[in-house]
Amino acid sequence: MSERIPILRIGDTLLVSVQTDLEDQTVLNLQEDLADQIVARSAQGVIIDISALEIVDSFVGRMLATIAAISRMLDARTVVVGMRPAVAITLVELGLSLGGVSTALDLEKGLAKLSRPTSSAPQ
Amino acid sequence: MVKRDNAADLMGLLSNGDRDLAAMWVAEVAGSLGSRVGSAELDRELRELYEALVQALRQGAVDVHSEEMSEVRALLAELSRNRARQGFSPSETAISVFALKRVLEPMLENGSADEIPAYLRLARILDGLGLFTIETYTRTRDELITAQAEQLLELSTPVVRLWDGVIAVPLVGTLDSARTQVVMEKLLQALVDTGSEQAIIDITGVPAVDTQVAQHLLKTIVAARLMGAECTVSGISPQIAQTIVALGIEFDGIVTKASLADALKLALRRSGVDMVAHTGTRR
Amino acid sequence: MTAPWTVDEEPRVHPVARSGDLVHVRQVIRVLAQRCGLSLVDQTKLITAASELARNALIYGGGGTVRAGLVEANGRRGVAAVFEDSGPGISDVGQAMTDGWTSGSGLGLGLSGARRLVDDFELSTVPGEGTAVTIVKWAR
Repeated sequence: MSERIPILRIGDTLLVSVQTDLEDQTVLNLQEDLADQIVARSAQGVIIDISALEIVDSFVGRMLATIAAISRMLDARTVVVGMRPAVAITLVELGLSLGGVSTALDLEKGLAKLSRPTSSAPQ
Repeated sequence: MVKRDNAADLMGLLSNGDRDLAAMWVAEVAGSLGSRVGSAELDRELRELYEALVQALRQGAVDVHSEEMSEVRALLAELSRNRARQGFSPSETAISVFALKRVLEPMLENGSADEIPAYLRLARILDGLGLFTIETYTRTRDELITAQAEQLLELSTPVVRLWDGVIAVPLVGTLDSARTQVVMEKLLQALVDTGSEQAIIDITGVPAVDTQVAQHLLKTIVAARLMGAECTVSGISPQIAQTIVALGIEFDGIVTKASLADALKLALRRSGVDMVAHTGTRR
Repeated sequence: MTAPWTVDEEPRVHPVARSGDLVHVRQVIRVLAQRCGLSLVDQTKLITAASELARNALIYGGGGTVRAGLVEANGRRGVAAVFEDSGPGISDVGQAMTDGWTSGSGLGLGLSGARRLVDDFELSTVPGEGTAVTIVKWAR
């Protein structure tokens, strides 16, 4: 009965747009589906858009870090985009710094980040 | 001696013969306030007040809280608020009321003994009005201070755009926890609004930081990173550097630059902008 | 556990029995936070703290209840919530409040993190009987 969040594909990038407050089970489903899709579609990058999310608690935060780690293992890069200021402040206060997760202000900048070569030197 | 009622007594004092008490009152107040209130304005204020006072007494007002005094209270409140805003002291404000007593004094010497109780009663009423003035004055000043503190909080934390994709907050003055939090929220919101990936926090104008403030700055930088932007701190004074090290605050992984110019250069390089000096151009 | 000082109505009791209830708890707290006039950042902090504590009650306490309502003290309004479970309780509160310590599989940020996100935080626990956490976030 739990929902599944649709995963879109643009080129070799997978795009997930989280639109609503998530049930824990939906979060776990997403984690599973993404791992499957990265392999099935041999994706190079994953973008998770959380600009509609008003709350990111430690459970969702951990999911983001886990997805980033899983996709790294499957040779894809993950960028989390659109985190709201209030959410960012809250996560920092909570003690979650999402080390290892790369971030971008919005979808466009996230795509740009993925298209850059892996070495972090700009362009 | 015919027993006269209170109102008539007081009225008798205030409408004494053909002397223009209101004019004398205005002159008395003007003398103590100097030229800081326009004479026409003062004249209008006090004459209105005088009219209202006479009217109230005629209707039988016994003290400042009387129903009949509402017009007087409204006028006095207005006057007190204006004085408070114009920066007059409480005494300078209250003198507007008390001067009326001084104007009435000489008349006692010429008047009959009956007038003394009336004068004392009027004096009591005027004392009440004076206190009312000071209360209004104080309340207005408190409101002003609160409003100014809020404005300061807003004013003192501008977020400026230095370049496409580069914003900066030049912080000036002492940072406390509340202000730093406001800065933090404003800066992060500005990142979203301007789509900037580079932010510079310039603390050249900040004389000192404590542990809490340093922690807030640190949290701002981590929060910005979570949103996908990078922060540079510039203008750290030798004293602040010493404090941060002495307090044992982890500033690791935070990029710092000596000046705003250096920070801007770094921010531009990070956003892929090359600055090239043309050969032959004068520098 | 004494009920917090409710302003206009009795605090409602909401069950935390399955993971779907967490979404409901977050919505309830959000509505209260907005009615109380908390700033956006404070709303977010409060809802996040509530989410952590409700999840704790569910995972470690085997389910429980949340009571939430508006409170008032010293001329300020706030949102209060009490998270209760009848689980095993916490034997070492000091340890449980430490960042990174967990008896389960979480990150160990639930209790300590939630405390940092709210203004008032009170934990009472009896081993073998259960745990109650009361939090309040005041409007600035």
